[in-house]
Amino acid sequence: MSWETVIGLEIHVQLSTKSKLFSGGSTKFGAESNTHVDLIDMGLPGVLPVANREAFYKAIRFGLATGANINQTSSFDRKNYFYPDLPKGYQITQMTQPIVEKGSIKITVDDYDKEINITRAHLEEDAGKSIHDMFEGETGVDLNRAGTPLLEIVSEPEISSAKEAVAYFKAIRQLVTFLDICDGNMAQGSMRCDVNVSIKKSGDKELGTRAELKNINSFKFIEKAINFEIDRQIRLIENGESVVQETRLYDSEKNETRSMRSKEEANDYRYFPCPDLLPVIISDKELKEIKENLPELPEEKEIRYINEIGLDESEAKIISSSKTMANMFEAASSKTDDAKLVAKWLVGDISALLNKDNIDIDESNLSAENFGILIERISDGTISGKIAKSVLEEVWETASDVDEIIQSKGLVQIQDESILEDIAKKVIESNPNQVSAYKAGKDKLFGFFVGQIMKETQGKANPKAVNEILKDLLK
Amino acid sequence: MISHKEISNKEVIQEVFSLINQFQDLNTFITLNEENSIKKAEELDNSPSNLPLAGIPIAQKDLFCTEGLRTTCGSNILNNFIPPYSATVIENLENAGCISVGKTNMDEFAMGSSNETSFFGNVINPWGKDLVPGGSSGGAASAVAAGLVPAATGTDTGGSIRQPASLCGITGIKPTYGRVSRWGMIAFASSLDQAGPMARTAEDCALMLNEMCSHDEKDTTSLDNAIPDFEENLNSSLKGKKIGIVKDLDLSNLDNDVVEIYQNSLKEFESMGAELVDISLPHLSLSVPTYYVVAPAECSSNLSRFDGVKFGMRSEDVKDLEELYVKTRSEGFGNEVKRRILIGSYVLSAGYYDAYYKKAQQVRRLIKNDFDNAFKKIDVIMTPTTRGPAFKIGSKGDDPIQMYLEDLFTISANLAGLPAMSIPNGNIENKPIGLQIIGNFLDESTILNFAHMFQNETNWHMHTPEGIKQ
Repeated sequence: MSWETVIGLEIHVQLSTKSKLFSGGSTKFGAESNTHVDLIDMGLPGVLPVANREAFYKAIRFGLATGANINQTSSFDRKNYFYPDLPKGYQITQMTQPIVEKGSIKITVDDYDKEINITRAHLEEDAGKSIHDMFEGETGVDLNRAGTPLLEIVSEPEISSAKEAVAYFKAIRQLVTFLDICDGNMAQGSMRCDVNVSIKKSGDKELGTRAELKNINSFKFIEKAINFEIDRQIRLIENGESVVQETRLYDSEKNETRSMRSKEEANDYRYFPCPDLLPVIISDKELKEIKENLPELPEEKEIRYINEIGLDESEAKIISSSKTMANMFEAASSKTDDAKLVAKWLVGDISALLNKDNIDIDESNLSAENFGILIERISDGTISGKIAKSVLEEVWETASDVDEIIQSKGLVQIQDESILEDIAKKVIESNPNQVSAYKAGKDKLFGFFVGQIMKETQGKANPKAVNEILKDLLK
Repeated sequence: MISHKEISNKEVIQEVFSLINQFQDLNTFITLNEENSIKKAEELDNSPSNLPLAGIPIAQKDLFCTEGLRTTCGSNILNNFIPPYSATVIENLENAGCISVGKTNMDEFAMGSSNETSFFGNVINPWGKDLVPGGSSGGAASAVAAGLVPAATGTDTGGSIRQPASLCGITGIKPTYGRVSRWGMIAFASSLDQAGPMARTAEDCALMLNEMCSHDEKDTTSLDNAIPDFEENLNSSLKGKKIGIVKDLDLSNLDNDVVEIYQNSLKEFESMGAELVDISLPHLSLSVPTYYVVAPAECSSNLSRFDGVKFGMRSEDVKDLEELYVKTRSEGFGNEVKRRILIGSYVLSAGYYDAYYKKAQQVRRLIKNDFDNAFKKIDVIMTPTTRGPAFKIGSKGDDPIQMYLEDLFTISANLAGLPAMSIPNGNIENKPIGLQIIGNFLDESTILNFAHMFQNETNWHMHTPEGIKQ
């Protein structure tokens, strides 16, 4: 029997607004518990929410970038349930009139591309956090996160494998970071996802019963959880049992999913329009302004890098795939005429250093300014590529200024041909055996002479000039 | 009765507290603010102010949050709640010079029409020690009627200002929905709640309303429309103005006395030059059932925050979270509140939403359309405020439907968001009764004008219960 997998993702993206969705409370991560909580976030009696327009603008950017419909009139509903970290006893969300509907995004998996449709993206407030392990026998509640704006992005059930799900999540992450609407920081929970998984017999039209996997926040776990769940469902059906519609929790330590609550136990959320908030109306003017200020997206960047700057396709793809890389590339390129050399270094040596340290480029010591100067010093002949590597390493460690390193360490390349010729002559004189061997036809020894000159000059000799002088002297 | 005084502010405030003390059997206040009030009065004596309501003692309904002063909403669940902020209404009045002398008793979470649902005990109507003052702003109405304070704040979700005003023989106005900010008002039914003043006269209500209304960015349902000077039109002639008489209103079930008093008042207005015009509000009869879907639905959600986790009462000795919720809410809420939470949860639940909540919202729109059509040819609508005068404490016992019908005439103005007021217009067996005047959207000025002109010609608003000074 062959099976098809049907997956839909609900991704919660924390929007990077300064203040919360319905209050002036700060959204900053990592503050001391309950210090970023105002009257509204606490759900005190008598307080009222006021919608943060900036959150709408960010949601609209996402909508525009995915070719979606923007509902210029959208409204809020209440989703009612009790939980200690939900201060009002309801979450304000957009049930009936979401801000964004019907978009799509392209994903790339191994050797194929696929378009995934996005059903809707709606605004809602985040809950606080319950802390179960700090107070013996008691639960603490931290409301710092309560009211943080979330954009919940709901995909159509068109994803067919764990790999595609990961690619989709990655595409969404790339997009929201490029749009500057979310920091994409998964460790801090800036992006979280619920996954709906079901299986059906190949060719069947009807969808199977689905299980919802809750709150997964890493690429690795998405893939593992889905694969576990697919296997579980296949096993159930092949054993003559059936899949129950339920919410399941993924346990990353045991690599398994287990039941949280079944459909029968599910909350009846008693949705109804939030009477405290009027529908939010986005004017044509606002929409136009957002459209005009939409940042360049990865695909557009990639094409521009190839066509206008002349990068290789692979270079262009790597650089444009991450916002911090692209930012670094563009900022460093503005300091030098040789953007192609910038790209080469970025994809080569710098990527290697990033991989080694397992950090993102904006976490490194390398500033765009310093990087641009480094490339400029290579292309104007001040230093050689080899010296540049050691300069880069020093910058990587210390964040020192490139020109200062070159000056203080005397790394300026020796260009003066008369000086180089003197050194070359000395090298030839002190290595008569090698000279005769070379002249007898052992061409490989040419490198030996270059090496000796480099050694004499501590690598500062201009390699091109050295080549020419040696060729001349060894004729 | 708000007027210039020749005695010191402090003496006035001291007199207020001595009266409150003398009439404490009325149980009008839940919490007093004596020390602060006297301090504020002394400050005013030391540096006289020309603020519009400088030194005027006001009783605040215990549903408005008052910074540092206990705010219970008449409920056990908030009986230890001291808000860290004040409602916009409170700030507006205090910025105008008012002195908030205390927090008045009320039906629990404003759910009730007799003040019998308060955790803090019944309020007595000064017109008879066995009579209810009406509700939910019963403490406010009783305090004004007993002359303890010249004015009080109330809130009105289905008649909670007008019905007690009628039963206590005073004047009260519920402005257009959105005129007064709801920031800091503990919500009962957000789309219906509106604060307003209660005082002896329409003129005093106008003075209060001038200060209470404001556009407030903290309340997105608060209106941005210009706020007129409500005193300006009080004395405008009523000549040629049109009073809508609702043909669909069945008065046959009412006491003859009530109907007669109502018709006498209409004649009084005719004698001032106003005309009576028949109007039709075909969906009016659906007001009560519509209201008792919408209001409980909103309340069931609004009251979810009272869970024992963050503020207010928390039951002791619970073994888990579920029990914390169940015990706290079982002990914290009274029966009427529980009943409405149940009704509200039911009408919003999956499978019933369309049949109840959605349908009720549709009917609500029809009711609003009826009013819109009617107001094309009239200036105000008049009805009796209540079906009769104050009833005896305990007389409606366990029949919530009978109690809900108390709001028969008042509810539609809330559903349509229209301004409406009640003014005393007669007496039945020495118990006062009121006339309701409903105005067009944002047209408080016209209903205040009708009310003031009526009070220029009649004396009902100056009647006081035996033993009470004017």
